[in-house]
Amino acid sequence: MFERLLPIDPEVAERIDALELSFNKFGVDPYGIDKADLTRVVSAFAWIYRNYFKVDVYGLEHVPPRGRAVMVGNHSGGVAIDAMMVMGSMLLDAEQPRLPQGMIDRFIHQFPGASKLMSRTGQFTGNPDQALRLLHDERLVLVFPEGARGTAKLAKDADTLVGFGTGFLRLALETKSPIIPFGFVGGGEALPTIANLERLGRMVGVPYIPVTKWGVLVPKPTRFQLLYGKPMLFEGSGHERDDVCNAMVDEVKTKIRDLIQQGRALREGRLSEADLEL
Amino acid sequence: MRVLVTGVAGTLGRLVATRLIDRGHDVIGIDRRPWVDAPDQVEMFQYDIRKRPAEDVFRRRRPDAAIHMATVTHLVHKSPDRMRVNLYGTRAFIHHCHTYGVKQAVMVGRHTYYGAAADSPLYHTEDEPPMSSHAFPELADLVAADLYASSALWRYPEIATSVLRMVYTLGPTKHGTLALYLRGPRVPLVMGFDPLFHFLHEEDAAEAIVTALARKLHGVYNVSGPSPVPISTIARAAGRRTLAVPASWINFGLGRLALPNLPPAALDHLKYPIVVDSSAFKRATDFQHQYDEQETIERFRAAL
Repeated sequence: MFERLLPIDPEVAERIDALELSFNKFGVDPYGIDKADLTRVVSAFAWIYRNYFKVDVYGLEHVPPRGRAVMVGNHSGGVAIDAMMVMGSMLLDAEQPRLPQGMIDRFIHQFPGASKLMSRTGQFTGNPDQALRLLHDERLVLVFPEGARGTAKLAKDADTLVGFGTGFLRLALETKSPIIPFGFVGGGEALPTIANLERLGRMVGVPYIPVTKWGVLVPKPTRFQLLYGKPMLFEGSGHERDDVCNAMVDEVKTKIRDLIQQGRALREGRLSEADLEL
Repeated sequence: MRVLVTGVAGTLGRLVATRLIDRGHDVIGIDRRPWVDAPDQVEMFQYDIRKRPAEDVFRRRRPDAAIHMATVTHLVHKSPDRMRVNLYGTRAFIHHCHTYGVKQAVMVGRHTYYGAAADSPLYHTEDEPPMSSHAFPELADLVAADLYASSALWRYPEIATSVLRMVYTLGPTKHGTLALYLRGPRVPLVMGFDPLFHFLHEEDAAEAIVTALARKLHGVYNVSGPSPVPISTIARAAGRRTLAVPASWINFGLGRLALPNLPPAALDHLKYPIVVDSSAFKRATDFQHQYDEQETIERFRAAL
């Protein structure tokens, strides 16, 4: 994929080499992650991550260097720009590089190109069976419990949270995985969405088409704040009553809200890095 | 042990029969097709499993065990005949096993049972229902045959029945769905899609079937070998050139332009992966594949 288009960044190649994934003779892992494709895609992305955007990452040490974990955070900014920055921080900044595997919306794999890209980089349609398998396999699973309703938040609501499902929590309980909460700030500035075209979106097979202040869906160069909180480990089997799970979900949600608020205060210079409570 | 094999003249059937002979079993073969140079140790009957003479073979020869491989795929046979072979053939097989005291039955099915879809997880487990047969009637009868065979598990508990859902086979005989797809001058891919394909060497497939028999397996099991590989990588490793065609063009061409007349949902099998978890089979049998993914493709390539 993209052999002719994308050059390889040697530093990225080194980091992809350091991923603790088992590639077969074709350089493909059991889930179809292709080492060469991943290196090319991340090489191209590394330039965007470092030069077009700027990401201030805090608390990276809270993400375990190996072993199962569920990363849970907020969506904003029309498209999943936040997911890409989480990927960037884990692949390019973390001391031990790791590949977060997102549980993505089902419409994405229906598009040619997107399906291929996502398949070769380990990003699968959100599905409890798939997530359980990945966690049992000691992978890092990335979840945005708000889903498409989260990216659909308009710029003015970028720092708020909409409803969380209980799916991610049940998965974490069942597999005894730590939850790594994170807050992401700046999505609403990079892509200030003022409206979502839902009917047009449905016609082409996406949940909605976001419209930004400047019309087109091109993010402006932005500095983001990405804050990882301390791992949260809950006790349970994953088969608890909904109200029991909802209480735990609220705890995670509160933590994420707190991380977003600290990120916002950092961004506006109201808080110094030394005063952060992750 | 006296083992009856239906579909014995097929590629996999021959490999299984040969292996059974090597292990000292007596093999009785039933197939509509001839097996001209069959080894002497194979008692060959050129009958249709659904017809009375085939039943007579069960009655007179009283096999201890039976392996059912007389199913046909959508690519080979036109619809009504295929449905009859797959369903009525399976029914006759199970019925004869019960009536004539067969102690062990192995039904060889396919992993395409699970169907391909954008949201289906990688590594299907045996408890998952078939997902897309409604959109792909050509597959529906294989699914029905699988479920029908599984019903023998409770219908005739005295027979140790195993239903194997096997991944694609590949190897020097160049037979089978995947080999057929890869054999042409150019391998057509759906533009923008590159699903994982799960396959194992045909010798390993035969070994897995014989192992299921030897271990007296009882239940439904996925059978696979090495981990799956993207179809474009398989094509390249097999020395084939690929041709990426937009899905809409292929849809238009189905039934025309020398392409088989398949519903658009058939295209999902070239867009999305069907990958199975065979850990239950491996736990139950200690089965280990001998050929890894690269060797398997190499053997196929060398024979082209």
